[in-house]
Amino acid sequence: MNATTAEPASAPVPEDALRRVLAGERPARPGPLLTSLTFGWRALLKIKHVPEQLVDVTMFPIMFTLMFTYLFGGALAGSTQEYLQFLLPGILVQANVMITMNTGITLNTDIQKGVFDRFRSLPVWRPSPLVGALLGDLVRYSIGSAIVIMLGLVLGFRPEGGAVGVVLSVVLLLVFSFCLSWLWTMLSLILRTPNSVAGVSLMVMFPLTFVSNIFVDPKTMPGWLQGVVEVNPITHLATVVRGLMHGSVPAGEIGWVLVSSALLVAVFGPITMVLYRNKK
Amino acid sequence: MGTFAIETRGLKKSFGTTHAVAGVDLAVSVGGVYGVLGPNGAGKTTTIRMLATLLRPDAGEAQVLGYDVVRDARAVRSRVGLTGQFASVDEDLTGVENLLLLARLLGYSRRRGRERATDLLDAFGLAEAADRQVKKYSGGMRRRIDIAASLVVTPELIFLDEPTTGLDPRSRNQVWEFVRGMVAEGTTVLLTTQYLDEADQLADRIAVIDHGKVIAEGSSGQLKASVGAGSLHVRLRAPEQRAEAERVLAGVLEVPAEPSADPAALSARISDPERVARSLAELSRSGIDVTEFALGQPSLDEVFLTLTGHAAEETPEEDAA
Repeated sequence: MNATTAEPASAPVPEDALRRVLAGERPARPGPLLTSLTFGWRALLKIKHVPEQLVDVTMFPIMFTLMFTYLFGGALAGSTQEYLQFLLPGILVQANVMITMNTGITLNTDIQKGVFDRFRSLPVWRPSPLVGALLGDLVRYSIGSAIVIMLGLVLGFRPEGGAVGVVLSVVLLLVFSFCLSWLWTMLSLILRTPNSVAGVSLMVMFPLTFVSNIFVDPKTMPGWLQGVVEVNPITHLATVVRGLMHGSVPAGEIGWVLVSSALLVAVFGPITMVLYRNKK
Repeated sequence: MGTFAIETRGLKKSFGTTHAVAGVDLAVSVGGVYGVLGPNGAGKTTTIRMLATLLRPDAGEAQVLGYDVVRDARAVRSRVGLTGQFASVDEDLTGVENLLLLARLLGYSRRRGRERATDLLDAFGLAEAADRQVKKYSGGMRRRIDIAASLVVTPELIFLDEPTTGLDPRSRNQVWEFVRGMVAEGTTVLLTTQYLDEADQLADRIAVIDHGKVIAEGSSGQLKASVGAGSLHVRLRAPEQRAEAERVLAGVLEVPAEPSADPAALSARISDPERVARSLAELSRSGIDVTEFALGQPSLDEVFLTLTGHAAEETPEEDAA
């Protein structure tokens, strides 16, 4: 309009470009698998951009393996080497279960920031943002598992079940972790802040992993506690992982783990979806 | 008349004991900008979230582009775009990744998705920032990527929830230009704002909303007319004469004159413009020097004040927490 040039003019709106964009096409809607995988891709991109978030899957398992092996190994099993053979499969279970916690914290952060409103307003299969996030987490669990196993091998862990046993046990762990994560997605839709999600998760997690056979044989525990240990799904998971890694196939126990995994999804999956749909 | 882009009847939503939306009736025609104007906490965002199928209404009905927001939620979702008040993109990802993510979710192939993302970034002047993480964007860029994200598949209707809150004037103008551009291409825009100025500039029709209810509806001209012919603003040379000037003006105009925040200024709402000249002459006869005077249509500010009994733009104390 006038000759005022004191400050740089704002970039003009490129009208042609806007017009072209608004004349866009309307592609066919993709199916549930593709949208879930696309959300999984998002999780991987986040790992790429914020690699710090891998601290829990790297440092935590290393710390625990070293601490338990060298602090308690001698006292619990006579020698650190012997304890390591017992402990390592258990630590692998604990590391994975602990890492699942992150799912809830990440989801809660998404909700706080508002990006979930965008996802929820999209015409896609509704559980796909959650399923996708959990698929992305499988990558994290795999990284965590690989680190624990490598460290174990370096320290002298010798799985009698060989590579096949190790791989099978990791696959089973991934299945269980994926299913357990629905508990955290549910929590993250109930609780208000990422901090409270972390707090509550830890309160569940510590008893769940310690009151099990991960660290010690429950034989020396009082009877009632042995009862608790016996029904804890983590105990069965640790037994299976231990068995597979050391060359036996505890078929009954594997069944147990698969059933409890299915139960976790069957219970917490639908609750999560109802909460997700009605989230304010 | 044809069908409406948005039609609601008795829309209600409460959170606990707070009646966020307490019976909203809207009829928004296709095309153009419809402004929903109200202060913080008036129920604007809750209304938009119900219309965008993110919240289920407690009572009442809402149809968006002819589809019920509860029964045909999916049909609504595939036809509208939503730009929320807060970040509606992933801050950790880059601009192009965000748009590509949405393009893939909406059915574009990887190749076409990338083209689409590039086109959008170009159109919104973000080409150079394409590979930067969104958290490193400025406020204005953030808003533009937010809006671009709502256009990945061209929506028939776009909701913009306070699109310029917190932006500097230049970025605000830019957003306005985009809104006008979209409207020119036939998109219907429903925009909420707490800036009267913004509603005045952009919206063809405005619903004024307060405490979860629509308290007035019409074009900006109609809303202004409902308040009266306008007002006279006068600034005096000597502030100490204000009380006397108040009396003089009230006498001639036959309406009360009110002191403004400026200690030397006062204003009066007038019903009859004829009397204005006489009132100014009367001031000079009484020995009161006037340094400035203006006769204006009522601002939407005044409209709001008249309609609600309180000012529209909140003092920032609420944001302190």
